[in-house]
Amino acid sequence: MQPVDSHLFLVVGAALFSIGLAVVLLKRHAIVVLMGIELMLNAVNINLVAFSQYDPDRLQGQMLSLFVMVVAAAESAIALAIVLQVYRHFRTAQLDELNELNY
Amino acid sequence: MVQVAFYAFSALTLVGALAVLLTRNVLYAAFFLLLTLFGVAGLFVLASADFLAIAQIMIYVGGVLVLVIFGIMLTHKPDLPIDINSQQPNRIASQNRVGVGAGWVIALLVAGSLFIALYTLLARANFILLSRPVGWQSTMNTIGKQLMTEYVVPFEIAGILLLAALVGATYLAAPPIKSSRNATS
Repeated sequence: MQPVDSHLFLVVGAALFSIGLAVVLLKRHAIVVLMGIELMLNAVNINLVAFSQYDPDRLQGQMLSLFVMVVAAAESAIALAIVLQVYRHFRTAQLDELNELNY
Repeated sequence: MVQVAFYAFSALTLVGALAVLLTRNVLYAAFFLLLTLFGVAGLFVLASADFLAIAQIMIYVGGVLVLVIFGIMLTHKPDLPIDINSQQPNRIASQNRVGVGAGWVIALLVAGSLFIALYTLLARANFILLSRPVGWQSTMNTIGKQLMTEYVVPFEIAGILLLAALVGATYLAAPPIKSSRNATS
């Protein structure tokens, strides 16, 4: 089987990163912004894995993307807990309506 | 055959991501994110990273996405009944509508120019590494050895990080403790 040209992985990673950035910039719901961050982390993982297939002895790229996944899971758990508290306090999760420090 | 699978998985990934960008319903966005994560797992398989593909499905689909859907359902606010006698019917909506157009323009400008810059960079770049031949082989053996030898310190730190995240998330998400004074008043 002929492997895929690795430039295509990098192009897909770039497109996914740009879409994630647009989601983060555009969306108003806090949880959708978190989803955009997950998309950007996935794009970075694609790049790391694409380069890591040329390094089958040490697999440094795959190890780094494994740790990126762990940190992303921890980050999303904490961020969702914070969103939940914000929702309890302000009764909304729309980022535009959270414009007061002290309620 | 591999090329067809690659294009199918990248189409799945990018269409899911675009749908997350374009949909208005938050729950639909979560399900399109599921599509994207499966596509990324398929891309990992095609880049000969089988262990990472399984880890992607287990961590993201099994953990993060379930958490996200819980978050969406817990922060869902049902639409308020429309009050016809309201004196200022569409003030906030009209303000937001102006903001939405400018926001789309700015965000698409930033993200589109970033993509164009990255694409031209990748088209011009000539990676010596990417011309080397690659082989298909399982990475599970190597990852296990690496985790227990070279990366054992980051591995343990990741364990501590997950414990701290578990405790912190539980503490943050707990409902506020009502003291007896507040409860009686």
